[in-house]
Amino acid sequence: MIEVEALEVTWGRGARAHRAVKGIDFALPAGGTFGLVGESGSGKSTVLKAIAGLAPVTGGVIRLSGRPLGARRDKGFRKSVQMVFQDPYGSLHPRHTVDRVLAEACAIHGLDRREARIVRILDEVGLGPAFRFRYPHELSGGQRQRVAIARALIVEPALLLLDEPTSALDVSVQAEILNLLLDLKEAHGLAWIFVSHNLAVVAQMCERVAIMNNGRIVEEVAARDLARANLREPYARQLLAASRGFDRAVARTLVTYD
Amino acid sequence: MVDAAPPLVEVEDLRVRFPTPRGPVEAVRGVSFAMGAERLGIVGESGSGKSTLGRALLRLVPPPGEVAAARLLVDGIDVLRADSRTLCDLRGGRASMVLQDPKFSLNPVMRVGAQIVEALRRHRRIGRREARERALAMLEAVRIREPLRVFHAFPHELSGGMGQRVMIAMMLVAEPRLLIADEPTSALDVTVQMQVLAILDDLVAARGMGLLFISHDLELVASFCDRVLVMYAGRIVETCAARDLASARHPYTRGLLGCLPKLETPVRRLPTLLRDPSWAEGA
Repeated sequence: MIEVEALEVTWGRGARAHRAVKGIDFALPAGGTFGLVGESGSGKSTVLKAIAGLAPVTGGVIRLSGRPLGARRDKGFRKSVQMVFQDPYGSLHPRHTVDRVLAEACAIHGLDRREARIVRILDEVGLGPAFRFRYPHELSGGQRQRVAIARALIVEPALLLLDEPTSALDVSVQAEILNLLLDLKEAHGLAWIFVSHNLAVVAQMCERVAIMNNGRIVEEVAARDLARANLREPYARQLLAASRGFDRAVARTLVTYD
Repeated sequence: MVDAAPPLVEVEDLRVRFPTPRGPVEAVRGVSFAMGAERLGIVGESGSGKSTLGRALLRLVPPPGEVAAARLLVDGIDVLRADSRTLCDLRGGRASMVLQDPKFSLNPVMRVGAQIVEALRRHRRIGRREARERALAMLEAVRIREPLRVFHAFPHELSGGMGQRVMIAMMLVAEPRLLIADEPTSALDVTVQMQVLAILDDLVAARGMGLLFISHDLELVASFCDRVLVMYAGRIVETCAARDLASARHPYTRGLLGCLPKLETPVRRLPTLLRDPSWAEGA
């Protein structure tokens, strides 16, 4: 589905250049699920942005279905790769109804049977026809995130880029959205790259997980190895230990890794 | 905790109400509890009233919000009847508050050291030189490696974790008896969160303070606090020892714990929370 090879991303130039991603590799088969976890500044979101064409790639190659991506993403790419962002409050146009948001996605990609598609996708994300003509301010955070997912899926992509899609939601709503994504994956055979700072969420949603720090992948493991704390790298082990709630003994051992 | 010691906080039938165009909304609906020199956690989802409760204790609910209670005592002060002078002594002197994001709590155009000194001299009658020394000592106590550099820094020059440590230093420098911390580590990375909590824990233990720790993170509260209050729709639905949270009885608490993804015991589908209208009415 997608291969990332020696990817580098540098924001800015000259003295103010910041290397956010410093050469990372991973591959994701069709229908596969891959998680990127790390702390803020680790470069995990930048990797997603680089794939989507929203970050300056300064080295390496990204291949989609075997074809290297150029500097610009064409319409074919946007049809097969869609993104869902963290903040459902910021990612929907405040003065467009749900219907208009979804119809616009169809129009851009020249999809037919818009009416039928909109009705079906609203049903699939668990909103139903009652939500079709509402504005974002009339929806809760969880409902907005469902609209964002519907907008991404209405063009029938093969790959979803999910950037902390549940971090702004309460845990009870998070569980509903994660279940929804798993159901949709089963129904449509989607692949996804799931970015989160929460190890348990990534382990729930992905087959393979890469732990990032400071622009690099520190360790890549199967989700079940993460669950069994089967990790080799000291940074990965520390991140896992720190995410298990407060522990005085762990707090004493924390070190900074570069 | 010795039973004979008067409680640090005593709340009886606390209500906070906000008028809206569609009629009044009660954010806190009849909350009663008492706490001493302990680490008390308040957990709940957004809109449960946990932050409003924390603010009400220092009468910091913004107008047009209305606070009423049969009893609201903080360190012996009747908060609802106190005059503005007493309130000023209470806020930052006897009890202080740390909020989620230091970016919005620190004055952006004032050096960090000057802010800490100001907080201290507002509440304690001491000279400039001594205030400066105490501020530096406090920065060291929150384990800032170069206290002098940070003392002269502006807030924007600090990372999130540093900013939150500065905030804690400022709130503790006047040696309050109670610290209200509203999601103090939610904006921080897990490793930084752990370090900040360890500092908070040490200071609370060393000074015999009470800590009211408001958070949405059940697992964190269970691992960090002594006792937990669970809030739902403006009420306390359950109170238990933090270590017993895993065996909580109320269906809401159990539901919240259930819908968290767990690393060790993965499930194919997460349990979801079915809300029972009777929880909001509560006992």
